[in-house]
Amino acid sequence: MSDTAEILEQAARWREAGSGVALATVVTTWGSSPRPVGAKLAVNDAGAMVGSVSGGCVEGAVVEQALEAIRDGKPRLLDFGVTNDQAWEVGLACGGKIQIFVERVE
Amino acid sequence: MKGRILDRVVAAEREHRSVALATDLATGRQLLFEGEHAEGDLALDDAALDRVREAWRTGRNRTIETASGRVFVEVLTPPNRCFMIGAVHIAQPLARMLTMADYAVTVIDPRGAFATRARFPDVELTQEWPDEALERLQPDRGSALVALTHDPKIDDPALAAALRSDCFYIGALGSRRNHAGRCARLKQLGFSDNDLARIHGPIGLAIGAVSPAEVAISIAAEMTQVLRHGEAAEAA
Repeated sequence: MSDTAEILEQAARWREAGSGVALATVVTTWGSSPRPVGAKLAVNDAGAMVGSVSGGCVEGAVVEQALEAIRDGKPRLLDFGVTNDQAWEVGLACGGKIQIFVERVE
Repeated sequence: MKGRILDRVVAAEREHRSVALATDLATGRQLLFEGEHAEGDLALDDAALDRVREAWRTGRNRTIETASGRVFVEVLTPPNRCFMIGAVHIAQPLARMLTMADYAVTVIDPRGAFATRARFPDVELTQEWPDEALERLQPDRGSALVALTHDPKIDDPALAAALRSDCFYIGALGSRRNHAGRCARLKQLGFSDNDLARIHGPIGLAIGAVSPAEVAISIAAEMTQVLRHGEAAEAA
């Protein structure tokens, strides 16, 4: 089974079981980025996740936005760029930029 | 995303069909597209629909600008398949590796003692003859076939079926001498030198593999190379 299929099946199973579910998808990349366009992360309302949209650099922030999307139902377009050597800032160490779309599964 | 759209995407993957999903990045409205069929709450004009159709046909994701804003078009393709002829020792690590690399693996071996669930816990198994199985399974451009039995009765019909298909990778285990004999037999069936050049034999990248797992690595690596770089890049 493909990576994407596995993630979407898990999202469908969570929904079936009555959980709130959100999907995050990489829609644009610039420069070197850890995951290609189409890479996905599914999150449920308990904070469980499957898949990835970066090498782990921005997943924390994406999960937070996904939980917000599950609550308010609004889609979101998130931009992540290079970290500025500032501690605790969320960003990509690889020097790329990515744009991630987050949506609730209705 | 509507649950109905999610269910349809999951079903398409299971049934081995490609679909394109167009998403308005401002509103989240979506259109699921397959051939001439489209459904969803995103309205697109003809020009935008043409670009969605083009994405679906070529299998390439893209973001398009439309009258109403940016629309992300994602093509969801079914997993690649690998048909393994011969439930032999090498097939065990190879099946596991290819499963990890997102292939849907089918192991085909008419010899009952080999193709057992105990030896291959997580993949499709069939004891059909390869030509029957491949007639049913219809290899396509998302398919690879590896012939591993060393037995012409089993390998040759499978290779012939693969050569008549659009398989992106065909490999056959055996020495150079064995491979020359195999090519001579396939030639008698009417295949040309160009056809036979599609068969990777001896199979796998030359990394000095010795153990079954190492041979599996060399096969999986060669398959990946052909999948990602094509045959031409491999020769270069």
